[in-house]
Amino acid sequence: MAEWLEACAVDDVEEEDVIRFDHGGRSFAIYRSPDDEFFATDGFCTHEKAHLADGLVMDDIIECPKHNGRFNYKTGQAKGAPVCVNLKTYPVRIEAGKVMIEIG
Amino acid sequence: MTTMAKKRDYSLVGESTRAAIETGLASAEWYHTDVSRKAMKELMQRSDGPAIRDTVIWIVAILGSAAGIVWFWGSWWVVPFLFVYGVLYGSSSDSRWHECGHGTAFRTRWMNDVVYHIASFMLMRNPVQWRWSHARHHTDTIIVGRDAEIAVMRPPDLLKAGLAFTGILDFRYSLPTLVRQAFGRLSDEEKSYIPEMEQHRAVVAARWHVAIYVGTIALAIALRSWIPLVLIGLPRLYGTWHMVTTGLLQHIGLADNVVDHRLNTRTVYMNPISRFIYWNMNYHVEHHMFPMVPYHALPRLHELIKHDLPQPNPSMWHAYREVWPVLLRQLKYEDYYLKRELPPTARPYRGEFHEVDMSAAAE
Repeated sequence: MAEWLEACAVDDVEEEDVIRFDHGGRSFAIYRSPDDEFFATDGFCTHEKAHLADGLVMDDIIECPKHNGRFNYKTGQAKGAPVCVNLKTYPVRIEAGKVMIEIG
Repeated sequence: MTTMAKKRDYSLVGESTRAAIETGLASAEWYHTDVSRKAMKELMQRSDGPAIRDTVIWIVAILGSAAGIVWFWGSWWVVPFLFVYGVLYGSSSDSRWHECGHGTAFRTRWMNDVVYHIASFMLMRNPVQWRWSHARHHTDTIIVGRDAEIAVMRPPDLLKAGLAFTGILDFRYSLPTLVRQAFGRLSDEEKSYIPEMEQHRAVVAARWHVAIYVGTIALAIALRSWIPLVLIGLPRLYGTWHMVTTGLLQHIGLADNVVDHRLNTRTVYMNPISRFIYWNMNYHVEHHMFPMVPYHALPRLHELIKHDLPQPNPSMWHAYREVWPVLLRQLKYEDYYLKRELPPTARPYRGEFHEVDMSAAAE
């Protein structure tokens, strides 16, 4: 059954930025796009274990801080070496100023 | 004081590899100087402007010096043009390869990719293979058995290190490697860091490079002239000295098998011309600690974190004078290394953070 979690407040994430959200031994990355939409993905890069929340958001791309691997954080698509495996994404909705993610 | 230990095995599929994985040195958590998210976000910001400016200067200088070589061929006036062209082709291509490989030079991805592939060709480096080897170098910097880019191994082979300045050894390695790869053969070591799904791309890239070299040789024969080879391929020999002069200093003589870049990487202050050729990679501790920061922002990063880093060498000459006695001592005691002092403002090295035997460090 789907489980919706409160990840953070809307204001916790700056525009075109990302923060880390840990829950139940798992790590997630919560993004706020330049056009003020919210997205969520797994928190670790699929290449090596680096927190994407330490990386750089540019438009719809998150760049990993360790080897500069790039993903489209809206779709999870890996955009080329050194990342070859797509990132898992999670549904997001906003409720009363809170960012909710469905981790399933 | 020094200690004796087992000989290092630099193979990427050998005993040291197994030991690095078992002890947790492989893919370990590395020390980072504290930098606020706000400051780091500003430093990481990408921009096309500086790299476009530098690349236009670079290309104009390459084409201009190439024109000088063609024009003055057969006279002594060709020498200064060979000097400039050689360094631009055989040395500055390394920093362009490096920065564009990281994807930090330009904001626009295709610009990084175009310059990356051109620079890879100039360096006789398979662009697919080397992208992966460099990722490994950042994951496991100077971890024996893991890092594919350790320039001077221990005990140091001083003849080999000296010959590196001529490019002969690199040339002798790089060209046959490309030919082997063009025939579809990757070594076990290459397969250890190139994912299977990328290996075919490495073979295709090698075929393109070899095809261009074959075309260049054919043109030289058809024209009965050395000029095509002097312009394409041979600069890897006569122009590589600056790349080696600057690049060797990145890690030579410092610790191995540690997880703190302050112990195994060196920052050296350099003159503006070398910094242009090297694209600020003289700030090498900073680059390794924060590879997301573009080359043009490294001086700012250096100012921000230098309180936590060893004092940089004030010049390349100073750095080599520091390194030379360490290399001589490593001939007898390969565990010996230079432990660089931290300023009082720095967080101390953590003995428990890594496996290095501090008693082997030079004082």
